Amino acid sequence: MTKKTWQYAFIQTLPVLCGYLFMGIAFGILLQQAGYNFLWALFISFIIYAGSMQFVLIGLLGGGMGFLSLILLTLSVQSRHIFYGLSFIEKFKAMGKQGWYMVFSLTDETYSLLCGMKIPSDLNEKKVFFTVAMLDQSYWVVGCTLGAILGGVIGFDTTGIDFAMTALFVVIFIEQWVGFKSHIPALVGMGCGAVSLVVFGASAFILPALIASVCLLLMFKGSIRQGESQEVGQ
Amino acid sequence: MSSEFATPMLVILVVAGSTFLTRFLPFALFGGGKEVPAIVKTLGELLPPAVIAILVVYCLKNVHFLIPPNGLPEFIAIGIVAFLHIWKRNNLLSIGGGTVAYMLLVQMVFV
Repeated sequence: MTKKTWQYAFIQTLPVLCGYLFMGIAFGILLQQAGYNFLWALFISFIIYAGSMQFVLIGLLGGGMGFLSLILLTLSVQSRHIFYGLSFIEKFKAMGKQGWYMVFSLTDETYSLLCGMKIPSDLNEKKVFFTVAMLDQSYWVVGCTLGAILGGVIGFDTTGIDFAMTALFVVIFIEQWVGFKSHIPALVGMGCGAVSLVVFGASAFILPALIASVCLLLMFKGSIRQGESQEVGQ
Repeated sequence: MSSEFATPMLVILVVAGSTFLTRFLPFALFGGGKEVPAIVKTLGELLPPAVIAILVVYCLKNVHFLIPPNGLPEFIAIGIVAFLHIWKRNNLLSIGGGTVAYMLLVQMVFV
C-alpha cells in the first residue's frame, strides 16, 4: 500500500523532477556566484521554497531594500498563490498536521499536479497528496544545493547564465499572455515597470511600479472585465 | 553576529514569512466558508500578469540600451525564448535554449 503510494507519486512527479532539478541547479549556481555557499542554498530552498521569488531574492540578500518593500514585493510576486489555496481549503483541513505542510508547499507545480491527478481508488488520496508535495520539495532542495556545489567547481565560463531568470519570467509571461483573455494587466505591468525604471532608477523602481499597477488595475477593473466578457461573447 | 550573516539571514526570514503568508492567507481568511472579498478576488486574478511583466523589466534593469550593444544580446535571446516557447510550449527547452543562446552571445559574439 505504502509502496504503491510512493510509486504512483513518483511517476506523477517525474515532470517536476526534471523541471525542479534544472531550475534548482540554475538557482544554486547564481546564488554561489553571488557569494553564498550551498548551506545557504539548502536553507533557502528548505524554508522559502518558491521558484521565482528565490531568483529575485538573490539580488536582495545583500540588504538595502527596506523591510516594508521586501514584504510587499514578496506578497505581490506570490499573490497568485492566494488562489491556489482556495481550491484546497477543505481537503487540506482534513489532513490535520500534514495539512500545514501542504499549505506551505503549495507551489505552482505541486498545485497543478494536485489538480490534475486521477488517483486510483485503491490509494489513499491524503497520503498521495502528502507524498507528492514532499517529493516535489525534495527535488527542489537537491537541485538548489547541487547547483551551489557545482557552481564552485564548474570548469567552463558561466558568464550569462543569469539569463535563466529572465528566460523563466519570459516563459511565465507568455503562458499568462496566452491564458488571459485580457492583455491589459500584462501591459499595465510592463508600462508601469518601464516608466518607473526611467523615473526612479534601477535600484528603487519595483515598489512604485507595483503600487501604480495595483491602482491602475483597480481603477480599470470594470473595463478589463468588460473586454473579457465581450471576447467570450464573440 | 556579523552583518554578512545577519543581513541575508534576516532577508531570507522575511521573504519566507511573507511567502508562507500568501499560501496561508486563503485558509486563514476563508477557512470557515466565508465569502472572499471582491477586492482580494480582483487582485488575485489581475495582479499576477502585471507582476510578471514588472519582473521581466526587473531582469533587464541593468541593460544599457543607449550604448552598444544596445541590449541586443538580451533582445535576441528573449526572441529565442519566445519563439521556442510558442513553438513547443516546453519550459525546459525554452529556458535552457534561451540561456545557452545568451551565454554564447555574450561570450563569443558581443565580446
